[in-house]
Amino acid sequence: MAELWTSYIWPVVWIVMQILMFLVPILIAVAYLTYAERKIISAMQMRIGPNVVGWFGLLQPFADALKLLTKETVLPTGASPVVFFLAPMVTFSLAMLAWAVIPVSPGWVISDLNVGILYLFAISSLGVYGVVMAGWASNSRYAFLGAMRSAAQMVSYEVSIGFIMITVLMTAGTLNLSALVEAQSEPLFGFLPGWYFIPHLPMFVVFFISVLAETNRHPFDLPEAESELVAGFMTEYSSMSFALFFLGEYANMIMMSGMVSILFLGGWLPPYDAAPWNLIPGVVWFAAKIAFCLFIFIWVRATFPRYRYDQLMRLGWKVFLPFSLIWLALTAGFLVYFDKLPA
Amino acid sequence: MAELAEAEIENYTVNFGPQHPAAHGVLRLVLEMGGETIDRVDPHIGLLHRGTEKLIEHKTYLQAVPYFDRLDYVSPMNQEQAYAIAVEKLLGIEVPKRGQYIRMLFCELTRILNHIMNIGSYAMDVGAMTPFLWTFEEREKLMTFYDDVSGARMHAAYVRPGGVARDMPAGLVERIADWAEHFPKIIDDVEGLLSNNRIFKQRTVDIGVVSKEQALDWGFTGPNLRASGLAWDLRKSQPYDGYEEMDFDIPIGKHGDCYDRYIVRIEEMRQSLRIINQCLENMPTGPVKVQDGKISPPPRGDMKGSMEALIHHFKLYTEGYHVPRGETYAAVEAPKGEFAVYLISDGSNKPYRCRIRAPGFVHMQGMDFMLRGHMLADVPAVLGSIDIVFGEVDR
Repeated sequence: MAELWTSYIWPVVWIVMQILMFLVPILIAVAYLTYAERKIISAMQMRIGPNVVGWFGLLQPFADALKLLTKETVLPTGASPVVFFLAPMVTFSLAMLAWAVIPVSPGWVISDLNVGILYLFAISSLGVYGVVMAGWASNSRYAFLGAMRSAAQMVSYEVSIGFIMITVLMTAGTLNLSALVEAQSEPLFGFLPGWYFIPHLPMFVVFFISVLAETNRHPFDLPEAESELVAGFMTEYSSMSFALFFLGEYANMIMMSGMVSILFLGGWLPPYDAAPWNLIPGVVWFAAKIAFCLFIFIWVRATFPRYRYDQLMRLGWKVFLPFSLIWLALTAGFLVYFDKLPA
Repeated sequence: MAELAEAEIENYTVNFGPQHPAAHGVLRLVLEMGGETIDRVDPHIGLLHRGTEKLIEHKTYLQAVPYFDRLDYVSPMNQEQAYAIAVEKLLGIEVPKRGQYIRMLFCELTRILNHIMNIGSYAMDVGAMTPFLWTFEEREKLMTFYDDVSGARMHAAYVRPGGVARDMPAGLVERIADWAEHFPKIIDDVEGLLSNNRIFKQRTVDIGVVSKEQALDWGFTGPNLRASGLAWDLRKSQPYDGYEEMDFDIPIGKHGDCYDRYIVRIEEMRQSLRIINQCLENMPTGPVKVQDGKISPPPRGDMKGSMEALIHHFKLYTEGYHVPRGETYAAVEAPKGEFAVYLISDGSNKPYRCRIRAPGFVHMQGMDFMLRGHMLADVPAVLGSIDIVFGEVDR
């Protein structure tokens, strides 16, 4: 019996606690990301934004959640019930699953996989299934078109994301995310932060834009382009099933920002390993970098018009893909020629 | 197998509206699609039909004015002006100079009111949210000017046969001048977000191209015609209400695509500002409406002492005035194009027939040829660029 406790039950409890320690802050972050988005965009648009529920509207996200929870879930005629309800769950759980390998501070990670980046890549690629299922099961033309667009979009941007990841991996010489962050601790030329966005600046930009496309955010929010497709694949969803999509989308934004931080902005590392900088805990640095990326997400949303479907595909396949391939070749050549390949 | 071979391949039809976030108002487009490409566009109109023309036949000439506010509810005063000019033509009266200048001033304000609304919602249609809210801020200020002269923010009923309802309140000229001074900055801001934005250009350049010939064939007017390269503006070609005294240019486009239509509107706003400034500088003094007690109501003060004024007032607001038998066509350059009123009078106090030429209705017909071969995402782009308001299309 004691053996059962020590070898099965306690580890399970411990893992569940770890997961909760990750998920609860993430869900709260998602709630306040929606609030931040509304506040930031309203400031950019000379509006006030939410300011009624709670102080400065701080309780708005919870009011919204409560509203969504109490609404009726509508199943459209001719929809396939199982797939219809499975789709938001898939989207939401995939968005949560990805956090398993993201290190927020040295050692603060649920699973320190040695192929963490592949895991992340796989999980984010699976995200398209939720969308396709939703689009197909809704039995609506808008949703169907939205889902088709989304599938094409996510698949095409993943290709360049993959190549950019390979570039970073070659420079770092590891697939483990914690080790990847550590690899950026060496200062560049002795005075610049060793974060990869400096040597790989073009790829950083391309990666960020691809991430916008991958998360279906502005200016690539075609699957849910409200001026053409009403709400795209989410058209028929209401109440909690809609909320799950919504949560999934925003959790994905945070996760992708985390990925940008880890790959290019040195994860939890301070810019310099010296007095005022390294006193701030790593997790704060990591959160700050994520917040910075999210701010750009929101800023872009307030600024740009939306791409058209074919233009987006052209950008992905004809611009980003060749560009990232060339950069990959250049990086490889550079590393081999100057004998800088990591061991 | 045989059954399979006989299966017909049908185009995918998508219902764009009437309950669609980008279908301006109550437009319903039935789109026949081959994948994402549009094979045919079939606009269904009439969901906002209120029988305006028929209603006007049962109202006195003065009571008909508010109906014109409700046609194109984004640019009310220009339409009142068209009607007022038609009635004035039949009555054979001339509006005093100050009345004309106030009309011009407010019609140009209305043009800006319309164009910022269009540009904002157009940007929204192609996915840019911010210009919409910025332009609405300005729209709000413009509507305050409406409020100041007429007491209503939108449906002003301010331009009336014989002049305008009443004089501008004190200080309004200065406030409009203040506004006109800072407004170019707002245009620059909006342009900064859109005009040279690569994404915006990709969405609009070479989309929905209308050649000069096509524009003429389909009866396009206003900015949509000018974007196709024809400098046709009723304010220049057949000036009314004192436009011949104004110094302004007609902006024209080259290609007739969505981008040109947008740029023409931006430039028209700047030209409108020029007219506004000229109006403000040269605003004459004097009466704002014809001083004929049989047509325009007497001042309130006169009614307290003058029997004649009291009788005039009573007659005007019960029976109205009789308009001599005849018919006329009066067209104005409304923000959306040539807005015209064809008015037949049988000598009574009500119009015998009032036919309204709405520019939006004509532009609506062009949707099909403009959109053929384009993609679904171009529907809102083209729809936004031709500036449709359903109040006037359905009347």
